[in-house]
This record gives sequence, structure tokens and C-alpha cells, in this order.
Amino acid sequence: MGKMTQEEKQKKAEEYEQYVKEVTPTHSLPMNMAKAFLVGGLICVLGQIILHVAGNYGLDTKEAGSWCSLLLIFGSVLLTGCNIYPKIGKFAGAGALVPITGFANSVAASAIEYKKEGQVFGIGCKIFTIAGPVVLYGIFSSWLLGVVYYILKIMGVFV
Amino acid sequence: MEYFNAFWVGGLICALVQILVDKTKMMPGRIMVLLVCTGAILSAVGLFEPLVDYAGAGASVPLIGFGNTLWKGMKEAIDANGFIGLFMGGFTSCAVGVSAALILSYIASWIFQPKMKE
Repeated sequence: MGKMTQEEKQKKAEEYEQYVKEVTPTHSLPMNMAKAFLVGGLICVLGQIILHVAGNYGLDTKEAGSWCSLLLIFGSVLLTGCNIYPKIGKFAGAGALVPITGFANSVAASAIEYKKEGQVFGIGCKIFTIAGPVVLYGIFSSWLLGVVYYILKIMGVFV
Repeated sequence: MEYFNAFWVGGLICALVQILVDKTKMMPGRIMVLLVCTGAILSAVGLFEPLVDYAGAGASVPLIGFGNTLWKGMKEAIDANGFIGLFMGGFTSCAVGVSAALILSYIASWIFQPKMKE
């Protein structure tokens, strides 16, 4: 193995760049948006059906919302395990990422993916790869808003 | 009609986020964090309630709905318990979503094997 000259290195880098350009799939933004719109919209309709059915059973808004989250998460975890959700994600992009099913998918995917690394340091740690940041910043931002609300309340802005 | 509104509002939110994904190449985790925080802020300034009244699941199923749930729980806890409510409300309100995702995913890790990437 001889040392590569500067010229060879550069040529190689250029060839590689060309290769990357060739194999990178080109997507048009409007098409991606349409797919995201369609799939994301359908998942929301599914949620609306659950809310509707739960309402018919006499549940209040909060309980119905909880059932809606639970069932969508259940469905998403199941589809993730069967390797179907990743395919939906590949097609729909943000349409599969933005709904709560996307959150459940990323939690389930990391739990399944890292089971080989053990119960505690595999699943136990990695299950929070996505859930951790979402819970942390969700809790923190609502806490921060809560602090503002609490102070304004003490000052008598809200009665 | 409520299904139609859920469809187009939910779909629109996803389509808008798709722009963000395509233009910034942001990772899914960042997108989700952004959505949850946005939802909490929208909810706190009172913009979320009209949206959810109009679109139902179209507003609550996307992760911004998770932020809304967090803020609503936070506000309730502050109203009921004062200062200590600041440390009660968040986890109480997101209990179902987080518990369900963790518990079901853990059970799934017993049942399913990792798949090879295609």
C-alpha cells in the first residue's frame, strides 16, 4: 500500500462526492408535504374516531383523550414491533413523526433495538433516547410557564 | 364535519413540520422536543383551546397536543395547590402518554426481535 498523493486523494474525494450525489434520493418538497398531510391527517382522523367512540361510552373529554393516546400508542408500538411503522415513516416523513404515534414508535424502536445490550444499560437507558428529551423539555417548559403564571397570579393579574 | 376538520388541521401541522424537516435536516428527537414546547406555549397563551375546539384530534394527536396536556395539568395543579403544584402538574398530566409508551414498549421488547435495516 503506497501513500496516496494529494492529487489521488482529491480525485477520490470528488468521486465519492459524485457517488453520494447519485445515491441520495431526490425528493420534492411539495410531494413530501402531500404525503405528510395525507398520513398525518389520517392518524388524526383515527384519533377523532376514538374520541367519538369514547364519548359515546359517556367518558368526559379528559378520559376520552387518555383513551385516545393509549390506543394510538398501543397501535404504534405494535406496528413498530412488526416493522410496519418504519415503512409508514419512510413514506410519510413528518406525517408519521408528528402525531403521538411517532413518539411511541421511537420509544418502542429503541427498546427493541437495544435489548441485546441488557435490561438495565440496554433497554433501561436507551428507551429514554427520545422519551427523555421530550419529557425533560416538555416538563421544563411547562414548569417555566407555570412559574410565570404563579407569579402573575400572586401579583393579582389572574383572579 | 369534525372528522374533516381533524383531518385537514392534523394534516396541515404535519405538512408544515415536513417543511422544517426538509429544510433544516433536523433529527426527529429535536422536532418532537420543539413540538411539545410549542404546544405548551400555545396552550399557555390561550391559542390552543380554540384550535382544539375546532379540530379535536387534529390538534390533540400531534405532539403539540402533548404540550397542551402538560400545560393544562400544570395550571390545574397551581390553581389547586399553589407553589408545590409547580412540581405536581406536569407529570400528573402526561402520565398516560408516558406510562403507556414506556410500559408497552418494554413489553414489546420481550416479544419482538430487532429487524435488519432494509
